[in-house]
Amino acid sequence: MRIQVNVNGEPREADVEPRLLLVHFVRDTLGLTGTHWGCDTSNCGACTVHLDGEPVKSCTVLAVRANGHDVTTIEGVSSGADLSLLQQGFREEHGLQCGFCTPGMIMTATALLERTPRPSEDEIREAISGNLCRCTGYQYIIKSIEWAAKHNAPTRVEVMP
Amino acid sequence: MAVETRQGHTFGDRMPRKEDGRFIRGRGKYVDDLQLPGMLHSAILRSPFAHARINGIDVSAALEHPKVRAVITGKDLEEQGLAWMPTIAGDTQAVLATDKVRFQGQEVAFVVADDRYSAQDALELIEVDYEPLPVIVETPRALDPEAPVIRDDKAEQTNNVIFEWDHGDKEATERAFREADVTVKQEMIYPRVHPAPMETCGAVADYDVGTGKMTLWVTSQAPHAHRTLAAIVTGLAEQQIRVISPDIGGGFGNKVPIYPGYVCVAVASLVLGRPVKWMESRAENLMSTSFARDYHMVGEIAATKDGNILGVRVDVLSDHGAFNAHAQPGDIWPMGFFAIFPSCYDAPAAYAEATGVYSNKAPGGIAYRCSFRVTEAIYLMERTMDVLADELGMDPVELRRKNLIPAEKQPYESVMGWTYDGGDYHAALDEALRIADYPALLEEQREAREQGRIMGIGVSTFTEIVGAGPKKKCHIAGLEMFDSAELRMHPTGKAVLKIGVQSQGQGHETTFAQIVAGELGIPAEDVEVHHGDTDHTPYGLGTYGSRSTPVGGAAAAVVSRKVREKAKKIAAHLLEAAEGDLEWENGGFQVKGSPNQRKEMAEIAFAAYTNTPPDEEAGLEGVAYYDPPEMTYPFGAYVCVVEIDKGTGQVEVKRFIAVDDCGVRINPMIVEGQIHGGLAQGIGTALMEVIQFDEEGNHLNSNFMDYLIPTSMEVPKVWETGETVTPSTHHPLGARGVAESPTVGSPAAVVNAVVDALSPYGVRHVDMPLTPSKVWGVLRENGVEPF
Ligand code: FES
Ligand code: FES
Repeated sequence: MRIQVNVNGEPREADVEPRLLLVHFVRDTLGLTGTHWGCDTSNCGACTVHLDGEPVKSCTVLAVRANGHDVTTIEGVSSGADLSLLQQGFREEHGLQCGFCTPGMIMTATALLERTPRPSEDEIREAISGNLCRCTGYQYIIKSIEWAAKHNAPTRVEVMP
Repeated sequence: MAVETRQGHTFGDRMPRKEDGRFIRGRGKYVDDLQLPGMLHSAILRSPFAHARINGIDVSAALEHPKVRAVITGKDLEEQGLAWMPTIAGDTQAVLATDKVRFQGQEVAFVVADDRYSAQDALELIEVDYEPLPVIVETPRALDPEAPVIRDDKAEQTNNVIFEWDHGDKEATERAFREADVTVKQEMIYPRVHPAPMETCGAVADYDVGTGKMTLWVTSQAPHAHRTLAAIVTGLAEQQIRVISPDIGGGFGNKVPIYPGYVCVAVASLVLGRPVKWMESRAENLMSTSFARDYHMVGEIAATKDGNILGVRVDVLSDHGAFNAHAQPGDIWPMGFFAIFPSCYDAPAAYAEATGVYSNKAPGGIAYRCSFRVTEAIYLMERTMDVLADELGMDPVELRRKNLIPAEKQPYESVMGWTYDGGDYHAALDEALRIADYPALLEEQREAREQGRIMGIGVSTFTEIVGAGPKKKCHIAGLEMFDSAELRMHPTGKAVLKIGVQSQGQGHETTFAQIVAGELGIPAEDVEVHHGDTDHTPYGLGTYGSRSTPVGGAAAAVVSRKVREKAKKIAAHLLEAAEGDLEWENGGFQVKGSPNQRKEMAEIAFAAYTNTPPDEEAGLEGVAYYDPPEMTYPFGAYVCVVEIDKGTGQVEVKRFIAVDDCGVRINPMIVEGQIHGGLAQGIGTALMEVIQFDEEGNHLNSNFMDYLIPTSMEVPKVWETGETVTPSTHHPLGARGVAESPTVGSPAAVVNAVVDALSPYGVRHVDMPLTPSKVWGVLRENGVEPF
């Protein structure tokens, strides 16, 4: 089946099997290997991408379902040497070790900050609870997301308790 | 926003990691990211039975699938002598089953096809005629005289016993038990768990028919050792094999062994002359690649009535699954470093005996974030210490304080034959109690109990034993356990360091650069670290058992010092001074007493290529193979506070305090990250994780819905970490390994806290994992009302 998906702002076309998962379309067909695959059961979140701006686990979505829609992957959140605030936050606060969960975490967190620019710690924990990380113990991931939230609106004066 | 560039980090700094730039952009390169022209994909047919004879395999329908390129069975491999491969414990393991299958999930056939989906489809087309056999799942049953012999492929094997082992002074220990005022004995199981790194295992093999060279990209924690083993297994010349371990998505011991999939891709690529990829699914990862633990233990302590330990005794039944693929640092250590069990306590006598057995479960066990069974040993000791405290009616902290090895006795010679490296255990315990505010916690617990809440405080103090290892004590498959570093300075003062250890997320590209920076006075930013490619790095044994810093890090320090020696000669030439008149100061050589007559490393490096002394070779480089004189002994003191929901049995970890002493810290930020991650894994083991089987040997936890690992919701909000720093006397930088201390020390702290919480109801021990249903059962059995 022929599909056309707008991936990271570029129209991409391919013939795909109807059963092809979006994660494999992105990784194998398009070669965007920043989106990872870590489980068989939609539990790990390593495959998180945005479908029309909403975070989805791309192992749970058929590629044909994305036909005519917008998909953003980790490769699309910044360009060249630039980094998004979340990418910077992860680097500043040591939010990653092996890096395997990191793209999925960043995609989930990006959607969170778009909805909730100043999330509480509990909101962050809840938001990333579908993204497993085996390396970090999560504390520095939370701090990374808080770093990005804090730098989100540099003009706004922060009143710290 | 532009990337911030930083300059001038060195040893000891919280330097942001060099590797992060690619990972946060999704530009890491993991094995499954590899796409080669003409690459084929594969899938493995696995046994649905835990124990069955194979009467026949029919692959004809699979071969007719239009996208299938090859189907390989055990018979095909047998013809090439490749049906079996050696394990690192000196046993054999079936690559593809020929005679029998011995665990559910065992590899039976290997399908190569044009794409992943077709390879999976073709598995359905293979017919295997199985004749089911009786199954051994419960470890003690392996010893029944009438139990089926699992390894009947081995002529000498008439039962299921792999080894019997003992260590220590049996007689002295028995005497201690006879003469003691008090003795305690506790049975406990350290359950079978899985490292479950987020990236599963996999490999790509690319055999070039033109050059005869085999390139293997493997999820490997030990690429050099894998190359040597690959040469032995396949018969290819070792220089014709290149093993590349690219970015690895977590290892934790899971990526130390060689797996049948690796051998199969290599064979398939040799046969087909095309690159072939194999990547396991999560179910395959949890079912077939190495498990850890599965230790059935009895711990005993003999003590005086005021709590002085007189002797410690241990009896272990160790389950290795269908093939003994145990990670062990040499054949004299079938129990790994379990003999560390008297740990940080001044025990005058100790004795351990153990039996290892086969069962119809996946082969192993590997050292999951563990230095060869130290995790099981410390859990046993710390649990038994609390049982003793309960018996004596003594505060567990007091009991520990009384028995910790005093700092004055360091370097301490343990009765089990280890020479410790200078730890001050009392200082670590004091610091943990200070952070926890122990008296206030006890008061809080008193109040909680008055209100009918179930709160517990658990303590564990321990020493690890890491950094395998000295050649006088350790080897893996005959290879001495040194590690290596090769350092070259370029004319512009920049450097490349090539190492034999292998990062799986530990951040070697950063910390090893910091080591060189500290030794040579150049910024860590100017040192590029290469690892994971056997064609381009010196031979090393890889990363597991917390050996990177103790062994590889020492090699990096030693090679830097060798380079500095040559730099001194060049500096003397440049300064027209005698070498003896020079001193090393702030990253450069200067004439003693006249600091303005001085040469920086960058100038010296330039001269090494442009203005060499008459009697010196050009260039500035060196290589070091480091044999550690002894192991290193990181230690710590942990305090865990839990509260239990009476109605649901849910254990909540309210606080976790971890004071670790890993000696001098190369990058404190990375050390903290490692400790956080290990603590989360330890809490997972204590509360959530277990691999279980039904009586037919069906694996019950083959996905992340049934094998639960901690999410952001199950870990405490803050890891309250602290440190003491007593430099290791066994390491040139005073450093010890650290990443495993938290998984070693934390499970006991959690279980001790839960048992402490339940102790008013007469509970003395509960086996891990302390899931809500298990704790709920314990509460109900002991008459605790749910509300
Ligand atoms: S791969 Fe999609 S959730 Fe695990
Ligand atoms: S950084 Fe390794 S899984 Fe999260």
